[in-house]
Amino acid sequence: MYFTSLVSVTLFHRLLRNRAGESVATEHFIFLLASRIQNAEKFDEMKGNEMETAYNYKEVMSRRERLAPGHRMCAGCGGTVAVRAVLRALHPEDKAVVGNATGCLEVSTFMYPYTAYEDSYIHNAFENAGATMSGVETAYRVLRKKGKIGEEYKFITFGGDGGTYDIGFQSLSGAMERGHDMVYVCYDNGAYMNTGTQRSSATPQFADTTTTPAGTVSKGKVQIRKDLAAIMAEHHIPYVAQTTFTSNFKDLHTKAEKAIYTKGAAFLNVMSPCPRGWGYEPAELMNICKLAVESCYWPLYEVVDGKWILNYEPKNKLPVEDFLRTQKRFKHLFTPGGEELIAQCQAEVDRRWEELRRKCEA
Amino acid sequence: MAIRERLSGNEAVAYAIRQINPDVMPAFPITPSTEIPQYVANYIANGKVDTEFIHVESEHSAMSAAVGASAAGARVVTATSSCGMALMWEELYVAASDRLPVVMALVNRALSGPININADHSDSMGARDSGWIQIYAESNQEVYDNFLQAYPIAEHEAVHLPVMICQDGFITSHGVENILLVEDEKVKEFVGEYCPAHYLLNEKEPMALGPYAVSSYYMETKRGQREAMKNARRVILEVAERFEKMTGRKYGFFEEYRMEDAEYVIVIIGSAAGTCRAAVDHIRKESGKKVGLLKIRVFRPFPEEELAEALRDKKAVAVLDRSEMFSATGGPLGTEVRSALYGAKSRAEVVNYFYGLGGRDITVEDFEEVYTKLEKLAETHKAEDMYDYIGLRER
Repeated sequence: MYFTSLVSVTLFHRLLRNRAGESVATEHFIFLLASRIQNAEKFDEMKGNEMETAYNYKEVMSRRERLAPGHRMCAGCGGTVAVRAVLRALHPEDKAVVGNATGCLEVSTFMYPYTAYEDSYIHNAFENAGATMSGVETAYRVLRKKGKIGEEYKFITFGGDGGTYDIGFQSLSGAMERGHDMVYVCYDNGAYMNTGTQRSSATPQFADTTTTPAGTVSKGKVQIRKDLAAIMAEHHIPYVAQTTFTSNFKDLHTKAEKAIYTKGAAFLNVMSPCPRGWGYEPAELMNICKLAVESCYWPLYEVVDGKWILNYEPKNKLPVEDFLRTQKRFKHLFTPGGEELIAQCQAEVDRRWEELRRKCEA
Repeated sequence: MAIRERLSGNEAVAYAIRQINPDVMPAFPITPSTEIPQYVANYIANGKVDTEFIHVESEHSAMSAAVGASAAGARVVTATSSCGMALMWEELYVAASDRLPVVMALVNRALSGPININADHSDSMGARDSGWIQIYAESNQEVYDNFLQAYPIAEHEAVHLPVMICQDGFITSHGVENILLVEDEKVKEFVGEYCPAHYLLNEKEPMALGPYAVSSYYMETKRGQREAMKNARRVILEVAERFEKMTGRKYGFFEEYRMEDAEYVIVIIGSAAGTCRAAVDHIRKESGKKVGLLKIRVFRPFPEEELAEALRDKKAVAVLDRSEMFSATGGPLGTEVRSALYGAKSRAEVVNYFYGLGGRDITVEDFEEVYTKLEKLAETHKAEDMYDYIGLRER
């Protein structure tokens, strides 16, 4: 029966594992890289971060993978790293339904008849990951009340910045406002990467994208980024956090765990660089994330029950130029006349950083 | 004993929803379907149902949440009209191709623009290719009866497709009529429990739904939907038979009225069939002319063979469409009927008229005029106006 063949594809992931090829090796490489950076530098000494449970790097990293290798994501892709890290925060004994907006992640991890997900998974469309998961979560509450489901499930849905900041913004806002017990994770790579790096409202100012190309007249994207984590915090949901990949993944892990195990709606914004859209060598991924944090381009913070908490304050705030320099999308800023544009970027980073500090001090 | 009541079409659908007690209802307000979620919200507020309402922020999210909830293993209902359904468009296809037995109470209303809140079929007819089963009603009784039959059809293992139960905005949705209701216990037994074979929250077997399917797989998915739609023909009749045993009310793909000896026939969908029936009676009584009416109930799947069989030997047929499709020729129903008759090598003359767009009234006199035209057409074999609008202001 065709119906059966369409939906019961999940067990095929075992095939996927066996045929795991190059991209597996790449991802392992990134994690090796991560641990090397960890040993080299003490990047994990974060201030003001009161974690409920002690973070055990070895234990966390040795948890079973819930996103099986063998998928088709690029080498050096931040999206996959984000998904694996978030799913690792699920307690190994807990069940979950994973959701996904259309994007690189979806088309590369669930290409019929293979799925890379160990958990139940649903992709619906581009703009409705929030609404779709709110349907799943509501069904869970009813079926559990009726005694049809015994076990506890968690609900986590992933979307890129295009599917989250832009086309899925309304659906996300609705799901958060209704307070479904779910986590929405935006893996923010700052453009529509799946369709070939078109600008989104998450694209930073002056970035060269295929719809805001830098040219003789254009300097790349005109506008500054939308601040989605702040907008989500204004929904007054119990947990909002912004994070990215730090050397030992403590920040991301702890926030993902809090988001998953906080009752109610939670939002996680994970900066997830894209080697193709940003223009960097795969091995540069962790370094770029580090520079984003150390320059305060991408501050690590959380908003817990309305309280703004800054999780990390660099001892020596690096110039944003250091972050911009690592990526081809900003290379036109490093040509004559670019100083003024870089200064504008710096001013914007400073303004936002000060605003964030004020919120966190208040 | 059936319960005698007086209900509007919206009340009747809400009453059926209470009796069926579905798990999840994501819905968004839009005239004229708004009352349905309102009534259900009242049932919820007073503990009459276990249904969880999702107060979505748009119809797109309503159908998205319906897809999520249905995939998770819940029985799902939603209600909408017109632009609301248009906003769901993309999701209609997802629900159908994911083979989710969602049931939608659709209160037919014209699509914008100009904005108009009254009955026509442009919303559901536009979605005729989305893979949903579509069942239409003439009266409040029919929409209630159709709604009770929706889940047994949708959830049948050989079907597993979403179902749209359509009724005409305001005409039946807000018009109060006498109605016979089935007892709660009988409905419960008739509709049964929803026990899907595969669902996201199955603790024993995780499931992945909504894959990226490349060219090597996509076409087979469509064939699967097509097979299900073919199976739906059989299942719709089986469910109707079971329903008849319970209530004594008989349903098929369409209803034939005074068709046995009819020479001139009008084919129509929805509430205007009632007015047409009055015209048939009046003509037969006044002049004895052999006129008949064929009212379509099931438009998807389309009952091509049965319809052709019912019409093939008639002298002339007028197919009346309540929605434009701007082919600059006929409308959706007209095209299907004409195609069915061609396949059956019928020599019946066929015209295709448009009526009632945006709630424009159609009268007994209008129908009588159509029958007169059919009579003339059968004599001359020359249609003066193959694709005409009925009741335009300039006339």
